[in-house]
Formats: sequence, structure tokens, C-alpha cells
Amino acid sequence: MSAPLLVFFLLAALAVVGALSLILQKHPIHSALSLIVVMVSLAGLYLLMGAEFVAAVQIIVYGGAIMVLFVFVIMLLNASAEEHTDFSKLAKFGGLPLALALTGLLAAAMIRNGGAVPNSSTPDALASTTDISIMLFSTFVYPFELTSFLILVAIMGALVLAQREKKT
Amino acid sequence: MVPTQYYLILSAILFGLGAVAFVVKRNIITIFMSIELMLNAVNLAFVAFSQAKGKLDGQVFVLFVIVVAAAEAAVGLGIIILTARNRRSLNIERVDLLKL
Repeated sequence: MSAPLLVFFLLAALAVVGALSLILQKHPIHSALSLIVVMVSLAGLYLLMGAEFVAAVQIIVYGGAIMVLFVFVIMLLNASAEEHTDFSKLAKFGGLPLALALTGLLAAAMIRNGGAVPNSSTPDALASTTDISIMLFSTFVYPFELTSFLILVAIMGALVLAQREKKT
Repeated sequence: MVPTQYYLILSAILFGLGAVAFVVKRNIITIFMSIELMLNAVNLAFVAFSQAKGKLDGQVFVLFVIVVAAAEAAVGLGIIILTARNRRSLNIERVDLLKL
């Protein structure tokens, strides 16, 4: 087994274990920590594919900013272990088989048609950060500008939602 | 070289696990985290296809997905804080105003 394949299986196993742990943990803070494990191992996979910039953004934005936001909210709301009610049994026995069927269907489609996808010859021949930035500011410049507008709306939305109600 | 197919299968597995978590979990914050997991699985597929085709469009699109995820997390967590303040609970079974 070649070295990249070995690294892939190691990181893939780590990601799947982290995702399983997210489901099995009862306390939200433990789920958040397992999600960080998934994100870091995905960043490793991006590096393996030669996408350094995406890997760095994954660590900084996902592992850093978004997960800190989650942990912050969990701490702020003093979240405790989740309680199970009668209805969640229905979700467990009805929803779980359906979601597993979805996984099987997706994986089967990937296995059957995935062979048609060509494997790239050299991973680091294409992915340079310079090329990504040139593309981002030429071909995708309008989506990029719209993105800033989206962030502005998100900031205002978060502020309006989270502010304390005025006592009148 | 790792075949692109392997990445796609891993992406499918992660997406499925995210869907399972979305259905099974009862805590509103954990449900939100499972959405992030599904977005991550899709990002992995994007980068894998980008590498397979030898084009960078997929990687640029991943950046946009990450931006949308960040905006969604900010607004969604604001909604969660508001809900938790009004209902005094993070269990989604308690949020049942629309239920008959």
C-alpha cells in the first residue's frame, strides 16, 4: 500500500469515527469537539489532494471561527446533556433506517459510477493559491462581491436576533 | 495516488452520518452541527471532483460554501439563543407552536 493511500485511510477513519462520535455523545460540547476532529481530518484530506488554500481556510474558518461560535453558544446557554422523550423513539426507529438507506444509496451510486471519474495525474500541478486568487477576482468576481453583501446581511440578522428586547 | 472514487465514498458516508445525526439528535445545537457536517461532506466531494477534472472551479466554490456556512452559523446561532431564551430549553420537542 502506497503512502498517500495509507494517509487517506488513516484520515478517513478519523473523520468517520469523529462523525459517529458526534451522534453517540450525549453532551453538546462533546459533539462539538468531535466535529472539530472531523474538520481537521478533512483539512488533512484537502492537503493530500493538493488543495493547500482550501485546507488552510478549512482550519481557520471552520475549525476556528465557526466551531468557536458553537462552543461559545453552548457555554452561553449552559447546555446540558440532551433529554430523550417518547417522540424521539419514533425518530430513531423511523428516521434512522431511512437515513442509513440514503447513505447506502449514495455510496452505491458512487461505487457504480465513480469508476468513470478520471483520476488526476499530478495533484500539485494545478492547485496553486495564485491560480485560485486570479480566478476568484476575475471569473468569480460577481459572486465574490455578492458574498460580502451576504455577510453584511448575516451580521445585521445576528445582531437583530440576539439583542435583548427593549423594555417599553 | 488515491482514487477519486474513495473520496466520493467517504463524502457519501459523512453526508449520511450527518443526516442520521440530524434525525436522531434532540438538542437544537447538535442538530445545527450535523448540518455543518453535511456541508463539509459536500465540500469534500467538490474538492475531489476539482482534483479529478484538473480545474480549480470546485475549490473556488468550496470557498463560497464556507462563507455561506459561516453566515448561516451566525444567523442560526442567533435564532437558537432567542429560542432558548423564550422556551428555557434546548430540546426541539419543546418548540411545538406549529403543532396541532
